[in-house]
Amino acid sequence: MWFFSDEHRMLQETVRQFAQSVLAPRIEQLDDEESFHREAFPKMGALGLLGITVAEEDGGAGLDAVSATLAMEEMAAVDASTTLSYLAHSILCVNQIARNGIAEQKARWLPKLISGEHVGGMGMSEPEAGSDALGMKTRATRQGESYELNGTKTWITNGPVGEVFYCYARTGSAKREISTFVVEKGMPGFSTGKKFKKMGMRASPTGELVFDHCQVPVANRVGDENSSVQAMMRNLDIERITIAGISLGIARNCIEVSTRYAQERKQFGKPIGAFQQIQERLSEASAWYEACRALTYNSAKAFDLTGGLSSREVSAWAARAKLQSAQMATQVGLDAIQILGGYGYTREFPVERQMRDAKLIEIGAGTNEILRTIIARQMLGNDVAQA
Amino acid sequence: MDFQPTEMQTELSGLARRFAREKIQPVVEQDEHDERFRPELIAELGQLGLTGIPVAEAHGGAGLGYQDYITVLEELASVSVSYAISVAVTGLAQVILEKFGNEAQKQRIARLAAGQAIGAFSLSEAGSGSDAGSLRTTARRDGDHYVINGTKLWTTQADSAEVIMLMARTGAADDRTRGVSTFLLEQGTPGLRLGKREKKMGCHISHTMELVLENVRVPASCLVGREGDGFKIAMTALDSGRITIAASALGIARSSIEVATGHARQREQFGKPIGEYQGVSFLLADMATRYDAAKLLVQRAAFLKDQGLPFSTEAAMAKLFATDMAMQVTTDAVQILGGSGYTQDFPVERFMREAKVLQIVEGTNQIQRMVIGRSLLKTH
Ligand SMILES: Cc1cc2nc3c(=O)[nH]c(=O)nc-3n(C[C@H](O)[C@H](O)[C@H](O)COP(=O)(O)OP(=O)(O)OC[C@H]3O[C@@H](n4cnc5c(N)ncnc54)[C@H](O)[C@@H]3O)c2cc1C
Ligand SMILES: Cc1cc2nc3c(=O)[nH]c(=O)nc-3n(C[C@H](O)[C@H](O)[C@H](O)COP(=O)(O)OP(=O)(O)OC[C@H]3O[C@@H](n4cnc5c(N)ncnc54)[C@H](O)[C@@H]3O)c2cc1C
Repeated sequence: MWFFSDEHRMLQETVRQFAQSVLAPRIEQLDDEESFHREAFPKMGALGLLGITVAEEDGGAGLDAVSATLAMEEMAAVDASTTLSYLAHSILCVNQIARNGIAEQKARWLPKLISGEHVGGMGMSEPEAGSDALGMKTRATRQGESYELNGTKTWITNGPVGEVFYCYARTGSAKREISTFVVEKGMPGFSTGKKFKKMGMRASPTGELVFDHCQVPVANRVGDENSSVQAMMRNLDIERITIAGISLGIARNCIEVSTRYAQERKQFGKPIGAFQQIQERLSEASAWYEACRALTYNSAKAFDLTGGLSSREVSAWAARAKLQSAQMATQVGLDAIQILGGYGYTREFPVERQMRDAKLIEIGAGTNEILRTIIARQMLGNDVAQA
Repeated sequence: MDFQPTEMQTELSGLARRFAREKIQPVVEQDEHDERFRPELIAELGQLGLTGIPVAEAHGGAGLGYQDYITVLEELASVSVSYAISVAVTGLAQVILEKFGNEAQKQRIARLAAGQAIGAFSLSEAGSGSDAGSLRTTARRDGDHYVINGTKLWTTQADSAEVIMLMARTGAADDRTRGVSTFLLEQGTPGLRLGKREKKMGCHISHTMELVLENVRVPASCLVGREGDGFKIAMTALDSGRITIAASALGIARSSIEVATGHARQREQFGKPIGEYQGVSFLLADMATRYDAAKLLVQRAAFLKDQGLPFSTEAAMAKLFATDMAMQVTTDAVQILGGSGYTQDFPVERFMREAKVLQIVEGTNQIQRMVIGRSLLKTH
């Protein structure tokens, strides 16, 4: 993008090299076995990637949303699963502790999360509350110097492997009376339940967090009681922008692989790239990718430029970026398989894995359908959109 | 053509549905994971009379038509595309033998039709997929024998097959249409060896095999049809094979619609069933509409074939539309199930992975468009 700084380009190069040397050699096997690349985390920590958006005085890299999105794109071009786990760690957990925690809390949790010694995650969704996040039922009841948490969070990225979880629970009777608690592995009454088997993103473990009379000290509550909804919703913007970066990375690599294949593979005495049906798929893919890339980095830039757009407008841009990028990547992944023919359907090429990974982005962090309602509300106004 | 299924079709689809639910459903998820194919299930399907539907009773088949055949394949695919494909590929071997085989070769149909043996169809190679006419495996005449050398790729169920219908070059390397012949190969023939098994995105129950042929010596009586007929035989087989692939696409699409509709009724968010949101119900409406449209195209192609009328363009249309439909419908079903759809707790993610292969096999969908486009430009 024209507005990338030298710093952005350097970061891009660093992450690209990291992905090639650390992630590429392992991903096929991790995907096959549904296992987690734990050792990648301290390496990301050493590169300053884990606290990418955290201020330097808090031990982070102090970079912007454009940088975080770039990191996602570069990593996801090689291994979208580990990138998703990285996103849950750095954007959903670390970024939120840094934004909303007090000094003591930051000092307690950030160092090990930013070094990669600990892996973090975020618990919002529940079995009965996915799109309707505010319908969550997990409850925290104050008992002296601690809270007792009861309930189950589900589909939590890094749930089966993480140490620190940024979790939401109901503390009052009204719908918006929700508070935040940092729940740590080993706390009494906290366990990780079932681990899901999935279509894709298989190297990113997804599981349940179970709170059964779980005792959480008051010191682990982030922010005031009953006041977390705004911070929870605000973080969805940067989550959507950065996760759109994952779609961009997936699509970019699918386009590269299928373009090279169309140059080399011959049928009927010509490279298949000579056939207009192949040209049509490739050109549409690259046009859609470039459009999404411009949309996503512009949204990241809008997010970074405080004082430009209203927060509602930023939310709509973030929603647009993810809505388009996610659909684009699924389609581009499917088309890459098609261009590779029978080979595309096998594990000899990365495109079938990347297509399986791509579909997740149409569901997580707000489904396509929910994003459309957010955009429509901003366009039409609540009165009309929710009449 | 009539919109009502005949009594025979109702009976056949009922049999196939019960079998798929009772025998395949309980093992399908684990077997997909273990890449395990169960030939005994094919034998049981054979006992029900479902493995030789379109071949004549005189040859041991059921003597029925493609309109009957597609109802069975749809039911099998609604639970497992791998089993539908298995039946369809064994069917392909039977159809070839019935149409092009000599009397002795026709004797081989009975075991296939009864589900006691499995058949395979081996055309593709590493360098020749869409461009099948450029295949390189050679069959050299040596007295009253042929000696076959080369490597085949992507042969479905070559490892469990008793007979393999194999295309090899008997003519000049640049003779696309008359340079190829078809051979009936027996499993276990010296020099015929199974190579690697492909690791795939889906359809793991169905084994996709490399076949290596090193000086495989077969009597000339293994030649099916005449020398040089191979390309024509393969293309004729694929014409009807396309109808079977399209029927399989109907099966997974229908199941996906059933699962998604059930979920949309039960799952509540924001205080109502998600099916009450237009975002979900319109998706379902489009899925059901496309499924029905595809079904009509598949039925038309089968009808034309059963009448002995030209059907190859219509079969290509049915394959193109039905498999694209299945890809879209299975993807949308995952979407409607949300996070659950992405997990292996529900079958729709498997259906989505299975749908993709249908757009590639028996002529990619780009090749179907070529077939359709050419026939339009020729006749109008
Ligand atoms: C791999 C993976 C990782 C995840 N990681 C995390 C994580 O780290 N932390 C976390 O908290 N959550 C996580 N999630 C959960 C994810 O955010 C939810 O799956 C998502 O919000 C959708 O919720 P749901 O699955 O309950 O679907 P539902 O909300 O039940 O939706 C089902 C369908 O109904 C549609 N729908 C729902 N409401 C409406 C409406 N009002 N109008 C129109 N259509 C509607 C949806 O679009 C969807 O198609 C993860 C999920 C997955 C699969
Ligand atoms: C699971 C599986 C099972 C299979 N089972 C069998 C089997 O039992 N027996 C068997 O013989 N084969 C089998 N195949 C092979 C299958 O038929 C081929 O994969 C298919 O014909 C495509 O060939 P290809 O993979 O070489 O792709 P290619 O032909 O290399 O095609 C690559 C891309 O180029 C496109 N293309 C090619 N030519 C043109 C053109 N002229 N115009 C426009 N686009 C073009 C294709 O559509 C595709 O998108 C199987 C394949 C798979 C994946």
